[in-house]
Amino acid sequence: MHPAFSVIFFTVSSGAGFGLFALLYLADALKLGGGLSHDQVFVAGIIALVLIIGGLLSSVAHLANPKNAWRAFSRWRTSWLSREGVFSVAFFPFAFAYVGLAFLDIAGLEGLRLTVGAIATLLAWITVFSTSMIYACLKTIRQWNTPLVPANYLALGHFTGALILMLVAGRGATELTPYFYLVLTFLVAAAVLKALYYFWIGSPVAGSTINTATGFTRAQVKLFDAGHTHGTFLTQEFGFQVARRFALALRVFVFVAGFVIPLAWLVSAGSAVGLAAGVALTAIAVLGILAERWLFFAEARHVVNLYHGAQRC
Amino acid sequence: MRLGLVIDLDVCVGCHACAIACKQWNASGTTAPLTDYQPYGAEPSGVWFNRIRHFEVDEYPNNKTINFPMSCMHCEDAACVTVCPTGASYKRAEDGIVLVDQDKCMGCNYCSWACPYGARELDRESGTMKKCTLCVDRIYDMTLDIEDRQPACVLTCPAHARMFGDLDDPNSAVSKTVREREGYQLMPELGYNPTNHYLPPRKAPPIPTENLGKPGFKERLKNFTNKIVKR
Repeated sequence: MHPAFSVIFFTVSSGAGFGLFALLYLADALKLGGGLSHDQVFVAGIIALVLIIGGLLSSVAHLANPKNAWRAFSRWRTSWLSREGVFSVAFFPFAFAYVGLAFLDIAGLEGLRLTVGAIATLLAWITVFSTSMIYACLKTIRQWNTPLVPANYLALGHFTGALILMLVAGRGATELTPYFYLVLTFLVAAAVLKALYYFWIGSPVAGSTINTATGFTRAQVKLFDAGHTHGTFLTQEFGFQVARRFALALRVFVFVAGFVIPLAWLVSAGSAVGLAAGVALTAIAVLGILAERWLFFAEARHVVNLYHGAQRC
Repeated sequence: MRLGLVIDLDVCVGCHACAIACKQWNASGTTAPLTDYQPYGAEPSGVWFNRIRHFEVDEYPNNKTINFPMSCMHCEDAACVTVCPTGASYKRAEDGIVLVDQDKCMGCNYCSWACPYGARELDRESGTMKKCTLCVDRIYDMTLDIEDRQPACVLTCPAHARMFGDLDDPNSAVSKTVREREGYQLMPELGYNPTNHYLPPRKAPPIPTENLGKPGFKERLKNFTNKIVKR
């Protein structure tokens, strides 16, 4: 698959935003480390909303005909892409109410604030799940058609969200240890799930081959001629191939930047990470996750490649 | 009704006439235009509803070239329609034709990801997805003669390798042909249940090359000449 930057940025940015929002709510409601101040909830909430809105705007840049984008809310009964749009928009009123009430700091409305926060958190999880199901529901791409895809999206979104939450929690009187362990938990979970994913897509499975694509299942089939002189929409969109060694190097980068460096840094520094160091740490991890998302697209092999010479996908 | 095509791989000569006729008709059809990019430039490309690939099956001396025209299969379980977020892609209840409403499409490419057959191509100029309409603007045109109410690709095929008809009706010509010739669907393992069927090459007896019997006069003369003339 052609790795489109708009979609890579969208999934990483809103994934982190939704993960941050969900963890922020849980930390706030469960009074993690003595609880966050309303100012901290407000700041973290704004960061989450900026990440989410930036991501969603970026996803609109992916459209060839954005003037019809409003119609994407209409087919939520069948389409995961439509569901993602519907749930992400449904999320905003509750999220704005939650963050706004934290800003206003009205003692009598604390129950309301936690209620709308709970609804927004639920919608955040459903939205990230819908985003991942856009890819996971496609039978045409075996690297995507696995339950590990939603697991990866949720884990990585929560991991990057937890990193940002720890940064915000560090700017106050909150006890940081629980936030530190929150980051570690999601770091390990995300790394393990990603390793499982790479193992899974690497092992050959019984799937579509050039034989089932052409119907000639009793002999070897080779492409003679694809029938076009230059590339087509199909070769541009689905023909992208990443060199094996480059993909391997990038996978190493994903693990080193995304998980190993943050883990080593956190373990050595403990929960006492300064603001500048914390931002640098988060930036390195996000770079790793961006590489992960680039690979997610670049390594996906659509079955239409079987009609352009691939023996299996 | 379940309208679709049956393509005979035994007689397809790979001339690309169906693709040209398709482009000609649909360049002014319901989803027109079919934009070309650099048609006379160094990198000619553009939107086509019908593409012909060429495959080689088996190894020498049993190898055979198969010309393989492909367009929209108008699947019974059309995932391209299921995944479409705007409702632009739809499957007609009355005849099973899968179409894209050009006024609703937002150009997200998602339907092309869901299609295993490469039937959908984005028109960069209009920003909308385009695909085979089964010449819906032709097959119901009452001003045409009844024999002309067929898709352009079927009408033009010089080898008569393409047939059009109702695959729901077990007694239609296409259904009978599919039954008799053991027609099949592509990538059945994905479960899309494509309407279009492909007829495999007939089993032709191999042309003998050895023990051809007593040679004739011409052959004997040639052998005799070869014996006495040193080359």
